[in-house]
Amino acid sequence: MSILDEPSAEGRFGEFGGRFVPETLVPACQELEAAFRDAWADPIFRGDLNQLLGEYAGRPSMLTECHNLGRSLGIRLILKREDLNHTGSHKINNVLGQAMLAKRMGKTRLVAETGAGQHGVASATAAALLGMSCKVYMGAVDVERQSLNVFRMKLLGAEVEAVQSGSRTLKDAVNEAMRDWVATVSETYYCLGSVMGPHPYPWMVREFQRIIGEEAFTQCRELLHGDDPDFVVACVGGGSNAMGIFSGFIDTSTARLIGVEPAGGAAVGRGVPGVVHGMRSYLMQDEHGQVQEAHSISAGLDYPGVGPEHSYLASIGRAEYPTVTDDEVISAFQLMARSEGIIPALECAHAMAWIVREAPKMQGKVVLMNLSGRGDKDVGQMMEILG
Amino acid sequence: MTFGRMETEFRAKREQGRKLLVPYVTGGLTGWQQAIRAAADAGADAIEIGIPFSDPVMDGPVIQEASQRALDAGVTPLSIFEEARELEVGIPLAVMCYYNTIHHAGHERFAYQLVSAGISAAIVPDLPLEESGLWCAAADAAGIETVMLAAPTAPDERLPRIAARSRGFLYSVGLLGVTGERLSLAASATALAKRLKAVTDVPVLVGVGVSNAAQAREACMVADGVIQGASVVRRLMDGGPEAVGEYVAEVRAAITF
Repeated sequence: MSILDEPSAEGRFGEFGGRFVPETLVPACQELEAAFRDAWADPIFRGDLNQLLGEYAGRPSMLTECHNLGRSLGIRLILKREDLNHTGSHKINNVLGQAMLAKRMGKTRLVAETGAGQHGVASATAAALLGMSCKVYMGAVDVERQSLNVFRMKLLGAEVEAVQSGSRTLKDAVNEAMRDWVATVSETYYCLGSVMGPHPYPWMVREFQRIIGEEAFTQCRELLHGDDPDFVVACVGGGSNAMGIFSGFIDTSTARLIGVEPAGGAAVGRGVPGVVHGMRSYLMQDEHGQVQEAHSISAGLDYPGVGPEHSYLASIGRAEYPTVTDDEVISAFQLMARSEGIIPALECAHAMAWIVREAPKMQGKVVLMNLSGRGDKDVGQMMEILG
Repeated sequence: MTFGRMETEFRAKREQGRKLLVPYVTGGLTGWQQAIRAAADAGADAIEIGIPFSDPVMDGPVIQEASQRALDAGVTPLSIFEEARELEVGIPLAVMCYYNTIHHAGHERFAYQLVSAGISAAIVPDLPLEESGLWCAAADAAGIETVMLAAPTAPDERLPRIAARSRGFLYSVGLLGVTGERLSLAASATALAKRLKAVTDVPVLVGVGVSNAAQAREACMVADGVIQGASVVRRLMDGGPEAVGEYVAEVRAAITF
């Protein structure tokens, strides 16, 4: 049996996952699971999606070898360029799949949560393309620090609601999107942005994102003349870009899989198993089980939980989940810009920061990093930080 | 099958032709114990004590705000249990808590904490039938009645299975949406209660979106009773415990046929 199988009938990856939702949503999750199974087994659906991914999103994304950085760090550093996708991140892979599925299910309206705004922008984009209405919930704190993406979503015709409850970040945006879904479940499709939430989302989003890993595996074999990378590194908030790239290597290689969490949002690193947003997974919480607020420089990683399959991979030791600090991230962000002429999303700068820090222990090794998004959205925030 | 305290009392009262009234009060909110005493004196048949949680996905703005106020004041599940023990209101108490509160404490330990606090039942809005096994086993063993929720979206075949697992009463979710007051009672409220009454003899109470005495009366034309949440909590926050007592008396009068 491979590690990368479907979850159990109850949506479990080991002891993680499940479907902990209000009763109102149970039939909706069951309907979604059945619709996804049906679509995913349908060559016509797969063909239509692949065509959109190719002609609209710009797949396959290429590999870029970072010769300058690689030389100075003493490693071979290869980037998987999801930042070059249409809308600027890997989020479009998942959203095109889900929006096509929503359409197939006869839904007319998408709701989505967003942290940094990349998933919100991708959802607004897909809604515009497929002629659906779209409402995006975004924490008020994130609306403030990602104003460019807020305006992009509005340009694309989406309605953006600033969520004022709780910590006013990503977790509260998820709560609000779920409340919307509970109230509008017959016409609304909840377009969840990461490998999290109730079954079937963690599995379904992984399936939509695994194209990253499958492409990267083949591209690496070609570039490395039949070899695999020694390390595959990605940042982890909910964990969709990481699950996407890990998927290509979990069963097929012995590469060490590294999911980098922010020090202030280390669900795997500092959490204990808990249940929120429909899933059982590692979760940052206090001694009474109240979910704690994550704190990170990057809005996209400000999430106290993590997708259940990551909790599973951590529990069996197949992947590792170290943390980096905001200061390390700021340095890595600048280093990448100056050395390679690539401005990464702050989220991806977490992966880069880990590579920079650990490079002395990886001398001569091949390191594949998922550059899951570009940093245009973060330039305003960095301008303030760097003065 | 032997029934727990709450279900035994509810069945007996229903037998006598009384409609059941369960006000919800957020635990730890200023004046919450007085509000519960006032509600009991004014004709409540049981009290649902809300355990504040950081991420209350089934709750609308009023109960969210109440939960946040309680959390900001340092309220914890244990502090609520401590204070609940002092209540002695002569009617059964239930808790409404999100599943992580139970999961974090541990199933057996949480059930034991409820028993020690004199609480009879638990309502867990994000623990659907398929995920309820571990908690229900621990609750059953401790004698805690687990109230299941049924929603308007459920297909017919699902309802008897939910009813069969429900103890105390069966919570019939009044509408598609979160807790909070609405201008009118949703058509789905009576429709679901009717569907449930047709498949079970467990007492069926309508909650979520039953917003005033008139709506409670309307729901009780079909159901065995109602749960009053946001309308009670708003009165507690705006007018204090006396306002809760007055409101509960008003609803009691409206559902006395």
